[in-house]
Amino acid sequence: MNHLPILPILLPSLAGTLMLLPPLSKRFKAQRRVTWSVLIALMVISAMLILSARQQTTTYALGGWQPPFGIMLVVDRLTALLLAVTAILAFCAGIYSAGKEDRQSSLFYPLYLFQVMGINGAFLTGDLFNLFVFFEILLIASYALLIHGGGKEKTKAGFHYVTVNLIGSAVFLVALGTLYGTMGSLNMTDMAAKVGLLLPEDQILVKTGGLLLLLVFSLKSALLPLHFWLPKTYAAASASVVALFAVMTKVGFYSICRVFGGIFGGNAGALADFAIPWIWPLAIATIALGSIGVFAAASLRSLTAYMVIVSVGTLLITFVIEGGQFLRVGFYYLLHSTAVTGALFLIADQIGTRRGAAADRFVKAGPVTHATLLGGMFLIAAIAAVGLPPLSGFIGKVLILDSADRFAEQVWVWPALLMSSLMTMIAFSRAGSTYFWHSSAKESAVDLKVRITQIAAIVILLSTTALMTVFADAILTYSQDAAEDLRRHPTTMQRQIETSRSHAHAEQEF
Amino acid sequence: MELVFALCVGVMTSCGVFLCLRGTTFTVVIGITLLSYAVNLFLFASGRLHLNAAPILGVSQRIADPLPQALVLTAIVIGFGMTAFLVVLAIRTFTDWGSDHVDGKPTAIENVIQRENRRP
Repeated sequence: MNHLPILPILLPSLAGTLMLLPPLSKRFKAQRRVTWSVLIALMVISAMLILSARQQTTTYALGGWQPPFGIMLVVDRLTALLLAVTAILAFCAGIYSAGKEDRQSSLFYPLYLFQVMGINGAFLTGDLFNLFVFFEILLIASYALLIHGGGKEKTKAGFHYVTVNLIGSAVFLVALGTLYGTMGSLNMTDMAAKVGLLLPEDQILVKTGGLLLLLVFSLKSALLPLHFWLPKTYAAASASVVALFAVMTKVGFYSICRVFGGIFGGNAGALADFAIPWIWPLAIATIALGSIGVFAAASLRSLTAYMVIVSVGTLLITFVIEGGQFLRVGFYYLLHSTAVTGALFLIADQIGTRRGAAADRFVKAGPVTHATLLGGMFLIAAIAAVGLPPLSGFIGKVLILDSADRFAEQVWVWPALLMSSLMTMIAFSRAGSTYFWHSSAKESAVDLKVRITQIAAIVILLSTTALMTVFADAILTYSQDAAEDLRRHPTTMQRQIETSRSHAHAEQEF
Repeated sequence: MELVFALCVGVMTSCGVFLCLRGTTFTVVIGITLLSYAVNLFLFASGRLHLNAAPILGVSQRIADPLPQALVLTAIVIGFGMTAFLVVLAIRTFTDWGSDHVDGKPTAIENVIQRENRRP
């Protein structure tokens, strides 16, 4: 059996646990070395998984218990892609934290790795209950990371965040109970095969369960009207933590894709695509409200938090246009928006620490030192985030606009996207000019040395958007295949499970 | 039995939701606890309600579905850990802000209401 699929979960959890034990528990430098090597290993593993997923979808039965009864991990193209994004982002945020957050307590790196483990697990699992468990793992690590460092604002934001997510977990469990009671399985492939065979009187119950799941995933991905927790939380957390959080809303989007594209997708009989009419208006409204938030934000960090909300709306639009025929554009945009929002959070921190009491708020303050370097990075990130040529945001937005062309939905999609681009552009130009041009000469500059690791983290994230422009065609071909994996007929997957089962039997006989 | 069970779940859920909507962290914690009890019961019922049925083959004549019981066990453990964390966080909020209010301090309107209530 190929054990590669379990490593993205196993490696961070083992390393995190080891770091809690005496030889490593008080030594920051050793902890840092371990964490960095784990994060690098995760990047290598995810690259290997992408290579293997291009050949075929791998399933991994934990402990040899065969699906649909055992827990199954599934690595298809989409999973491998998202694992790679998480690995890169986690690496960049991880090296950014060196000498900053990691000094505050010896628990930072273990928590960080547990968070990465939870995110990886949520992407890997092929079982809905297991998805719940990994959601809880990533959430409980994020609760602790959020209030890491302490402070009044952090505890307040933390309490709101924890409460909202606990209620979300309760709703998640109710949804799982309803679905299990009617379908008799929580294995996603199994459910996808069974959903077409439901009795008419059970369909309404399954629909209820499905919509409850949509509610939970909308909460995780900060879809309107469940987005209120996000701006405050993201404004309170420390920089490298919030940069890692940039991928957390994408976990919600991924789950929506898996459940409403995979289980309740085109092959679901009477229940096919039943959630689409709900997602449509919410996605458009999310973009509209997110752009107003971007426009009204008082600091670069909350501006970026609202950018996250806008990007979730945009992603969901690609999910619903023409029954998901253009989901490949969505995956491309997902890569882009994760990298760029991650970079923007880090840049906001770099600028904020150099402006004294004004921090990253849009007010007049002393001149920013290293203005050329920081200003240049801010400019590139802003161009990518707004969607101006030549960076990847432009390609993503043009492709989304193009996919909505010719369909009735164009009337809604085009104005929403174009207006949001205009508003973000104005907001970013205001931010940049306040930071770098409207400085008051009276106040002295905070001279802070540039740490090479921190700049490297931002540069790596920004260079991915440039690389995504150059290799746009290859990435789009890959994500086209990923989208097809998602909507593939469940019998193909079933056959794969059957073959893996017969392999396991054969191994036992030997 | 089904009616009593459903009533239990319903009453606990509504009490939990009501308490979660209060303005103090203490009631919110109690509300979430009640909500998670209700959810655990609901999850348990998703394997259908049986009397005298063991989740093991060959012990009793009727067999209960073991999976929901495993799910409930997991959900209880997770819910318990989360509640413990929330309690600690609520205490921390109280010490940081000097108030049991969920937003750190009562809003202006709530202050007015309190003053009105105190008036004889």
